[in-house]
Amino acid sequence: MDELLRDFLTESGENLDKVDAELVRFEQEPNNGQILGNIFRLVHTIKGTCGFLGLARLETLTHAAENLMGKFRDGMPVTAEAVSLTLATLDRIKAILERLEADAQEPAGDDTDLIEELNRLAEGGHPAPPSTPPDKPIPQRAAERGDDSTGAEAAEKAPAETGERPAAEAGEKTAAHSIRVSVDTLDHLMTTVSELVLTRNQLLEIVRRHEDSDFKVPLQRLSNVTAELQEGVMKTRMQPIGNAWQKLPRVVRDLCADLGKDIELEMRGAETELDRQVLELVRDPLTHLVRNCADHGIESPVDRLAAGKPRSGTIRLSACHEGGHIIIEIADDGRGLDIGRIRAKAVELGLASEADLAAKSDGEICNFIFSPGFSTAAQITNISGRGVGMDVVRNNIEQIGGTVDLKSVAGSGTTFTIKIPLTLAIVSALVVESGGERFAIPQLSVLEVVRAGVGDHRIERIKDTPVLRLRNKLLPLLHLKEVLRLGESDRDSGFVVVIQVGNQVFGAVVDGVLHTEEIVIKPMSSKLRNIAAFSGTTILGDGSVIMIIDPNGIAQALGRFAQTQTDGPDLNESEQTASEDMVSLLVFRAGSQRPKAVPLSLVTRLEEIDCRRIEISDGRHLVQYRDQLMPLLRIDTESGLKKEGAQPILVFSDHGRSMGLVVDEIVDIVEDKLDIEVASNRPGVLGFAVIKGVTTEIVDVGHFLPQAFEDWFRRRDSHAMRSPRTILLVDDSAFFRDLLAPLIKAAGYQVITAGSGVEALAAFKSDTRIDLVVTDIEMPEMDGFALAQAMQSTPGTSGVPIIALAAMVSDEAIERGRAVGFHDFVAKFDRTGLIAAIKEQSADINRAA
Amino acid sequence: MNDAAAKLTEYVTFTTAGQLFGLPIERVQDVFKPAHMTRVPLASPEISGVLNLRGRIVTAIDLGKRLDLPSRVDSTAAMAIGIESGSESFGLLVDAVGEVLKLSETDREPTPINLERKLARVAAGVFRLDGQLLVVLDVDRVLDLGAEPAAVAA
Repeated sequence: MDELLRDFLTESGENLDKVDAELVRFEQEPNNGQILGNIFRLVHTIKGTCGFLGLARLETLTHAAENLMGKFRDGMPVTAEAVSLTLATLDRIKAILERLEADAQEPAGDDTDLIEELNRLAEGGHPAPPSTPPDKPIPQRAAERGDDSTGAEAAEKAPAETGERPAAEAGEKTAAHSIRVSVDTLDHLMTTVSELVLTRNQLLEIVRRHEDSDFKVPLQRLSNVTAELQEGVMKTRMQPIGNAWQKLPRVVRDLCADLGKDIELEMRGAETELDRQVLELVRDPLTHLVRNCADHGIESPVDRLAAGKPRSGTIRLSACHEGGHIIIEIADDGRGLDIGRIRAKAVELGLASEADLAAKSDGEICNFIFSPGFSTAAQITNISGRGVGMDVVRNNIEQIGGTVDLKSVAGSGTTFTIKIPLTLAIVSALVVESGGERFAIPQLSVLEVVRAGVGDHRIERIKDTPVLRLRNKLLPLLHLKEVLRLGESDRDSGFVVVIQVGNQVFGAVVDGVLHTEEIVIKPMSSKLRNIAAFSGTTILGDGSVIMIIDPNGIAQALGRFAQTQTDGPDLNESEQTASEDMVSLLVFRAGSQRPKAVPLSLVTRLEEIDCRRIEISDGRHLVQYRDQLMPLLRIDTESGLKKEGAQPILVFSDHGRSMGLVVDEIVDIVEDKLDIEVASNRPGVLGFAVIKGVTTEIVDVGHFLPQAFEDWFRRRDSHAMRSPRTILLVDDSAFFRDLLAPLIKAAGYQVITAGSGVEALAAFKSDTRIDLVVTDIEMPEMDGFALAQAMQSTPGTSGVPIIALAAMVSDEAIERGRAVGFHDFVAKFDRTGLIAAIKEQSADINRAA
Repeated sequence: MNDAAAKLTEYVTFTTAGQLFGLPIERVQDVFKPAHMTRVPLASPEISGVLNLRGRIVTAIDLGKRLDLPSRVDSTAAMAIGIESGSESFGLLVDAVGEVLKLSETDREPTPINLERKLARVAAGVFRLDGQLLVVLDVDRVLDLGAEPAAVAA
């Protein structure tokens, strides 16, 4: 093909994409002279080149379009009809260009239909001059306009910056500073540089082994130059993400017309750059997500107005850099996901049982939309139901080492967050060892590395499931060695690589963590692609080949514990509420066959103690445990200690003292709502709750603590009283929260908990009505007094009664408490007193109401 | 006889489990001694591992295991025949590499019908040499690991 023609095709293609983006903005702001000028100039450039190349058909068509644009520029009002017609014309131009590219000659055809329409509209205005002089400068007002830069505009800043200069001139100016290089050349450069990086790494490795090598200094230079070269080549491949967004305004506009909706597309951070290969790969997923937002997310104008929202919906697209990644957010202010429908669909498709779903938070349920064949739209529209599901979107993004996450708030919208590496060719990886082999784990998915078997980071097993306690969270573990069938792992030590995949966080136990290295990803052999655990291969600095772990692949090896919540900042409100309702419960048997349970967070450790080590002193069972004598208690007289072998016990510790509760067998750990439905009069039992469909006794740990140490705290039987009040329990100690919450619940109140004063204030902002606050006084950051003061000064919370829990009740503290608005003081360990105070305060509320 | 002599094919010969095999020389990229092989967990048993051969990643396939032949006693003695397929590199692990033989295509006889099924699938004919038989391999079929479900690890 003629060189000139090829250049023309490339340039016209780019220009047309820009015109598309411009036109939609034009329709929204018909009086923006600057946009008008840009569009006119772009159409004009195409027309001019067509004439030069002798493409008569194109020339006639673009001339008619330019004519109309000229009229608008001169002040003719812009109608929706005119915009639609211009878009149709551009589509025709594109079609002609495509044929031109394929056949190297202009296809035959007739465009009189469009041309007549264009002319009719152009004539429809005031009797205008026959044609606008093509090289006429842009009207003055264009220059006067401030740069109200939006995404689409930023994406093509270069032409905009040339101001009023006619396009041809601008083109020449740019040409002096930049040249067109084919993508193949750049790709080849990239591959070569990747190889160079590898060789450099190998050389460094060799020199490292020979201390006094003459090569050291020149190699250091080579290394620096290589790094610079790598950076430079990477830079040539960088493109603004706006290039992938250019078509979106048009897509949204067409959707609006089809769906009868009113949607505005906001774009931010379009200038954020990323590797063009990655850019190409995210283009389709992004388009699909935007379509999805427009089709499923945004409501019809009628529904929006009914819901008290502005008539027109907004889809917000934003991009920014974060470390070596780019974060893209697609947010709509629509109706949010229909959790109920997703649940029903998940069950229908057999993805999860009702019981499984009951244990999941809304956030986890939302993620089902990424499952294959999932579409909750009752009717498949031609917009989103094109056979491209969300599963394809997620696959595409995960294939390039990215993640996609979603948050949805009913009634106020859905946000998709995509995190992708800036480049694919070279990534940072953690090299680990397991079963004598080395593996690379992409850094993107590694949160942290924890040394297991030291201090509190001990690997524990519940039946055969290994778990790790990590900052008050129970982290499900898998042994890489077992997942990869490299042998049995009997040691519960080594390193735990904490990995995040979507919403899942889990730990992979490895034997050693060696180092991090920039690795060049090589595709996997076709004979190995069936192995989900690996995503590729790479050559390390020492020349050996190692496999790259696919975090998604090994996550499949996790069983039911896979869905652990993250405690990252992206946890949204609804998820937080959900996780407050959900409690991890340790289910065990002791004495009777009926399962018993305690909140897992109360349990410090699960131990098995050799029966021979149990001593009897003064009629009490004791065992030496961590240099202390720990009393062992039985749940009831039915349960006995084993005569021989290992005796399982639950260890409860607080303030350096421990007590062991003797059990027969540990059954399971479950996540469930703790609703004590029937309170119990039996000492040691708070009541009964249905956990995973089985009636389970909730054991009152508080009953056993004073038996172990009489001064732990005094306890008398609590008086149950039913009232539908909601109580906010604030205490920085998870131990006391978990201890008191079931107690208050058993007395018939709804309980929500907060771990700090700040969290407590946040809880007031959620939808839940709070009738009463029970707060600890001594807390870090914001203490009980400060919380009370903050509540007093906030409208809406100032009237809520507060009961303070104090370790010591002094007259002075009571005086100060009254001043800030405490309604009552209860000693921290006086649980009966607390229930009585709650009862009294809620009675006051009742009277007031 | 003269016509036939014109159609000579060069075969790279090698032995595995005592059996002599041959591959047309144009399909053989190189012959090398595999070193620093990385085994791949979860891979099917005939894949011995992956290794770095001058910057290329080579997937090593054990011919003996591929054909269910008795395994070598001394695994370090293995040699590898380098093969390109598509854009990928493979190494066929064999016990020993022999000489290159020029053989006439007219002497190539069809694979005996009673040959063991797995071997028969990858054989492209047999030459009767002095004292032993040379089985010609069809490289593409040897590399087609998925062809027999039994060969794929569960």
